[in-house]
Amino acid sequence: MLKTLAALANAIRRESLAAIYAAGSGHPGGSLSSADLLAYLWVKELRWHSGNPGDFERDRFVLSKGHACPALYAAVAEVGLIPHRMLLTLRKLGSPLQGHPHVLDTPWVETSTGSLGQGFSAAIGMALGLRYKGSPARVYVMLGDGELQEGEVWEGAMCAGHYKLDNLCGIVDYNKMQSDDLNENIMGLEPLRAKWEAFRWHVIEINGHDFEEMSAAFAEARRTKEKPTIIIAHTVKGKGVSFMEGSPLWHGSVKLRDEELVQALRDLGTPEDEIVRYLDGTI
Amino acid sequence: MVQSDKKVTTDKTNKSGPALIGTSGDSLREAFGKVLVNLAERYPNFVVFDADIAGGTGTHHFRKAYPERFFQFGIAEQNMMAVAGGFASTGVVPFVTTFAVFCLRALEQARLSIAYPRRNVKIVASHPGLDVGPDGASAQALEDIAAYRAIPGMVVVSPADPLEVEQATEAILNYEGPVYMRTGRSPARRIVGPDYRFELGKGRIVHEGSDVTIVVCGVEVARALDAAQQLAQEGISARVVNMSTIKPIDTELLVRCAKEIGCFVTAEDHNIYGGLGSAVAEALAQTNPCPIEFVGVRDVFGESGEPDELAEKYELTGPSIAAAAKRVMERKRRG
Ligand SMILES: Cc1ncc(C[n+]2csc(CCOP(=O)(O)OP(=O)(O)O)c2C)c(N)n1
Ligand SMILES: [Mg+2]
Repeated sequence: MLKTLAALANAIRRESLAAIYAAGSGHPGGSLSSADLLAYLWVKELRWHSGNPGDFERDRFVLSKGHACPALYAAVAEVGLIPHRMLLTLRKLGSPLQGHPHVLDTPWVETSTGSLGQGFSAAIGMALGLRYKGSPARVYVMLGDGELQEGEVWEGAMCAGHYKLDNLCGIVDYNKMQSDDLNENIMGLEPLRAKWEAFRWHVIEINGHDFEEMSAAFAEARRTKEKPTIIIAHTVKGKGVSFMEGSPLWHGSVKLRDEELVQALRDLGTPEDEIVRYLDGTI
Repeated sequence: MVQSDKKVTTDKTNKSGPALIGTSGDSLREAFGKVLVNLAERYPNFVVFDADIAGGTGTHHFRKAYPERFFQFGIAEQNMMAVAGGFASTGVVPFVTTFAVFCLRALEQARLSIAYPRRNVKIVASHPGLDVGPDGASAQALEDIAAYRAIPGMVVVSPADPLEVEQATEAILNYEGPVYMRTGRSPARRIVGPDYRFELGKGRIVHEGSDVTIVVCGVEVARALDAAQQLAQEGISARVVNMSTIKPIDTELLVRCAKEIGCFVTAEDHNIYGGLGSAVAEALAQTNPCPIEFVGVRDVFGESGEPDELAEKYELTGPSIAAAAKRVMERKRRG
């Protein structure tokens, strides 16, 4: 790897915001909170890069919280599956980079998402199917914490626990916030760990911005047999951008103004000459 | 979805919120949210349900004004829908609000827990059709009218402009029984004048004409008026009917148009199968069969793009309606 994980995650953050800026809409908060996890997954964890991404034995990754796809698209650009330039076509007519991931346009998203809860079920189906076919491939699925309010998630959790899907690893981007407000003010989720345990999952809690903790957690998930693993990753919504951190105002699909992109890029340590190129789209 | 009024409990650094997208005062969803506030005092007997998108559906206005009549259910639409059925059994009218596509998700709950026991629930869906724009196909409901229309006893309404939304909201509140109403995401053009009176179950002629009848709902009403203007320049006189109640459809008005004119175009931001066009065709087939051309999304999924670009690409704009009008007139002429 040419870039360190931290540098890579930082690039994902910058590029997600640049893409949302160019699109005129998109969800920055949940893209930024998941950037570190996505960097780790795509660079260190997923075994797709050993072969070709269409290989049947590849590990699958499903972004069930599909609205955070700017970060997924940026991660995928970082590992070379799409050209960086394509990121600036996000949400535009004719772009393969749809506002929510679509498998027919971008095969590496594995399944179309955007309606919360459904990607999780589809991932369970993949894990079940892979095991049925005797494949050693693993399935990773990232959920939002607000997403956990969907009943479907718990139907799926029961199903994966019942089938002892140890080839399945879920990651909750636990940024404590959803569309309008804190989870706790919308519909409380706690005790979250006990919920997953009650559904027969192996639970690991980590700081979702700490790569060492990620490394240990994903290794533990691989070692865990007879149970699916859920990694509850404590994160900060809007991570890395001062005025977005911890503010639900930046959850939703927003239009980033010039000065906001500039400030955000500065917060992310972007050199001034590059900021100009992010603004005019020549980067 | 963007919400602007919310007090931010956790915010320490943010000075100002993001720019709002498409929440201009003239979108149907905003009109809906605001009229709920205006109706609240005169109608003390309704409550509003939300699934974490009040900022998108317009109900953030109501939440702010009447927090004690606003119920938050989290991102859990199926539960919210069936809870509404139970809540209504206590004699209070819930407005269930979410995006149209998530009303599809909770379709079976609407069927069994609302329509079947005939609960007095108003399901109001924002973000229908390609008009959703850049969020892409996953969020663009092109099937909701068809699905809700197929539920026994469900009234289906799709108003065209902010004033009509205001009137329709009050009308469905005064109607006893389950209703599905579409609002809309984009800023909407003003179509009806101050003397307009929405009546549940009635279509309205919003432009007189004698060569072809264009039957439309929602965002397509404005586009049909564009078509009528274009056709007028070509010497064709088009009648435009705003069919804002799709079920029960105004058969009387359709029969009158069939007799007076004898050919139709329907246009909707919806799949051509099962929506307004189908409703019109069903009514005419049983009364006064005549040629019809259907403008709508031709059984494909949408994609990301701006609403106007998508309307252009999927042929929902005025010129496409005008072209369909000429085709149907030609079919009528040939007999
Ligand atoms: C079924 C469904 N209901 C509602 C929405 C609208 N929506 C999009 S994102 C979002 C909030 C998601 O919160 P969370 O899962 O916590 O995501 P994150 O904080 O990671 O962005 C909502 C309500 C949706 N996409 N799907
Ligand atoms: Mg969250």
